Amino acid sequence: MTNDILLAGFGGQGILFIGKLLAYLGLYGGKQVSWLPSYGPEMRGGTCNCSVCVSDDPIGSPLVLEPDLLLVMNTPSYDKFIGSLKAGGKCFIDSALIDTKCDRSDVDCYYVPATQLANENQLKGMANVILLGKLIKETGIASGEVIEKAVHKVVPPKKANLVEANLKALKIGMEY
Amino acid sequence: MSELTLMKGNEALAEAAIRAGCKCFFGYPITPQTEISAYLSKRMPKVGGVFLQAESEIAAINMIYGCAGSGIRCMTSSSSPGISLKTEGISYIAGADLPCVIINVQRGGPGLGGIQPSQADYWQVTHALGHGDFHALVFAPSTVQEMADTVQKAFDLADKYRMPAVILADGLLGQMMEPVAFDEDAEIKLSDASNKPWAATGHQNKRKHNIINSLYLQAEELEEKVRQRFERYEEVKAKETMAECYKTEDADIVVAAYGSTARLAKSAVELARKEGIKAGVFRPITLWPYPVKEINEACKNAKKVLVTEMSMGQMVDDVKLALECRLPVEFVGRTGGVIPSPAEILNKIKEMGGDR
Repeated sequence: MTNDILLAGFGGQGILFIGKLLAYLGLYGGKQVSWLPSYGPEMRGGTCNCSVCVSDDPIGSPLVLEPDLLLVMNTPSYDKFIGSLKAGGKCFIDSALIDTKCDRSDVDCYYVPATQLANENQLKGMANVILLGKLIKETGIASGEVIEKAVHKVVPPKKANLVEANLKALKIGMEY
Repeated sequence: MSELTLMKGNEALAEAAIRAGCKCFFGYPITPQTEISAYLSKRMPKVGGVFLQAESEIAAINMIYGCAGSGIRCMTSSSSPGISLKTEGISYIAGADLPCVIINVQRGGPGLGGIQPSQADYWQVTHALGHGDFHALVFAPSTVQEMADTVQKAFDLADKYRMPAVILADGLLGQMMEPVAFDEDAEIKLSDASNKPWAATGHQNKRKHNIINSLYLQAEELEEKVRQRFERYEEVKAKETMAECYKTEDADIVVAAYGSTARLAKSAVELARKEGIKAGVFRPITLWPYPVKEINEACKNAKKVLVTEMSMGQMVDDVKLALECRLPVEFVGRTGGVIPSPAEILNKIKEMGGDR
């Protein structure tokens, strides 16, 4: 099993953070994992993306060109990457920020108004985590204990007070 | 061993340097290796080491020259254009028989080039890392764990043979995160000049002066120095080659690739094998000395060799020389910062007749 995952949005939305969380979910689930950020000049105020591979086998290329799973948080990223999603793949869309509906019939799209849900639940800035929750739910990529452990690992010690908020955000996404 | 943690290749390498006893780091920032400096700027003061951001790459390499001369394990890191600036200093260090570790996290070139991953410094690092007759040890890790593990080896061999050692990585390996483990129980012990009787540590009127120098105005004296150094290189060539062979035992087509490109080559070989093509990967881990014996062993049943790199094919000649041109050698690759896809490598394997 290999899951090539591409996460994309604006710089500042926490794309790299949820990429890291996803990689830890894979690692703690006993998989091989890799994480690769885009590090070009496009990171300044522009789009930002991150490749995560979760696999049973050693990972060759950490760069994801044709994802099995795509998570997008802005329209430029959606427009850029939706065509590269593999047939049978899944796309997770923050529908509060992206108006477009996908016209591909060979992929499954999940529309979650993550930014709106974050604001309604006093979780401003955690739309990324909510959308990741939906991805976890629909792919079964991780469960209970692994999720707890990974969240504790990626939330920096200085921000330990945010562990609960992150878990809450994941739950909202998983239940949406 | 500690539990597995996700780290960037640059960070894992930096942590490993401290664990290898590197006491002093001198560097100047450049993408895509700046995380090495950033990490060591925080970590070095905590373990009693020195982190110094120099005013330029040239200053940093000359600080290495001085520090290495005093017998202390030291390291500098840069990316392609910065390494070019360092080459004068590296030649001096080699000419003075000093050990040190130099990191090159390659980016596209020539010139300022770009900031995306590349392997276009192969010729420079293996054949001409400065003026004059000399070599440096060159290691090419392929995973984040290997980025860490290679550092200890580089320091040890640099000390053993009193020569500079280079770790040749690229932007992909530097920026990606993978699981890595360090031995948490191992004590961190930064190096001192013990076991280095040649080091310039102050003679205290108790011994003859140790002079660190690369200037020999008498031609015969310089010739003798260089000849002695090359005798040492023969020993390095005989003893210190490292390589990995992946599914080469029955391979008709052997793909030769190093560093991050070897990962892509392995993916391509897996795809090829699913289509019934017998392919394997030969991965040199030392680029100098080149693993001549190992590549001949890997290719013993091969009909053709395919070299793949993120350059215009700089390793091709070394492969041909190592095989004494007994097998046809072809090339596929991308350059300028473009990462080839496993599918591109697979297509070339098929084109070479691997589909028959």
